[in-house]
Amino acid sequence: MNISQVISQLQLQSLHDCWDDGPLSGAYTSDLMSDVMAHAKEADLLITIQSHKNTIAVATLVGARGVIVCNNRPVPEDMLAAARQENIAILVSREDQFSVSGRLYNLLRGE
Amino acid sequence: MQGSTHGIPIDTDKSSPIIVDLIYRLKIRDVMTSTILSCRPEQTMQDAQKLMKDNSITGVPVMVERRLVGIVSMDDVINALMTGTMGQPIEKHMSRQVIVLEDDMPLSFGISWLDKYRYGRFPVLNAKKELVGIITSRDIIVTLLLEMNKEIERFEEATSHREASTSGFHLEYTTRRFDFEMAGRLSTETKRQLKERDLPPKIIRRVAVAAYELEMNQVVHSAGGTVRVVYDGNQGRVEILAQDTGPGIPDVESALSEGFSTATEWVRSLGFGAGMGLPNTQRVSDAFSIESSPAGTCVKVTIATEERSNP
Repeated sequence: MNISQVISQLQLQSLHDCWDDGPLSGAYTSDLMSDVMAHAKEADLLITIQSHKNTIAVATLVGARGVIVCNNRPVPEDMLAAARQENIAILVSREDQFSVSGRLYNLLRGE
Repeated sequence: MQGSTHGIPIDTDKSSPIIVDLIYRLKIRDVMTSTILSCRPEQTMQDAQKLMKDNSITGVPVMVERRLVGIVSMDDVINALMTGTMGQPIEKHMSRQVIVLEDDMPLSFGISWLDKYRYGRFPVLNAKKELVGIITSRDIIVTLLLEMNKEIERFEEATSHREASTSGFHLEYTTRRFDFEMAGRLSTETKRQLKERDLPPKIIRRVAVAAYELEMNQVVHSAGGTVRVVYDGNQGRVEILAQDTGPGIPDVESALSEGFSTATEWVRSLGFGAGMGLPNTQRVSDAFSIESSPAGTCVKVTIATEERSNP
């Protein structure tokens, strides 16, 4: 499973196209950045409502492939610019973290 | 374009080629806002005023189908308010002589036209004369800042690479209280440098996590300070030294236990200050020490860069 498949299956909106479409290892759902740093894995997607530039810094540090911003939260321009530079996908969903996580779990583990 | 063009506040012949290149390389379409709000000529001035208020904007293009027929601004609303004509259709109040920009013009046009025409915004048309965006001075400021930041970072990176020896490196960044924008730069750069030296990904991650948590701690809790990362290839270790200028941690033991936090609500709303910073740092470190007094806190972390087979 890769990002482009997740985008079409979960009907996400991708805010830029500077990202690698390599295989995903899994996903991590959290709004606590220290928690993400402690537990997220390489090549994960990060599911969160934390829509700011530091989320990209944290995603970069843990080697995540992308961030799913839930509840249609607006994404600030500096976050978008950082994501482009670090090749981290930003995918926006209308749904909340529970729904996105559930659907993504079925996609990734139901394969 | 030769010499100083009308309305551009720098001499394009003598200025830094990077900046001059920037305002010609960037096109209006790279800078404009593409989500366009618009109104129709038969709507009332009240509608226009509500649209501006709801979206915190000061001008709206007036459209018939996909054709731009005018622009209505806050000035027009004020005039309508003063003459008691807010119920009238927009077409009676809008400006019909609209100065537009084209999406493939260089940004320098946008800058000089803002000066030349003194309007707050310009509608942007594509080659087919369709409205594709709107550009304000705010859009220009934001884009220029982001682009200049990129250029400066590239410049700084080139400088630091020159100083770095082939094996070891030394990085130092200053943090400021509540400057969340800057936090993360040291850890990102550290990660990049270690990657270039082909260190094991697990080690790189541990170093990056420690550096980031220590940066964040200074931003959230201290009056500011410095974080230094020193990689010594011969010794096979990374040392991180975080030194701030106060006010110190009253209860270091509590600060080291997970979940203890003194962060403010708004810091927590950003996803930080959950009381995991120091415990996280300690967890990824091979050696960890902390000293704190009201004059400042000093954290020293060592991480061995080779996974040791014998303890």
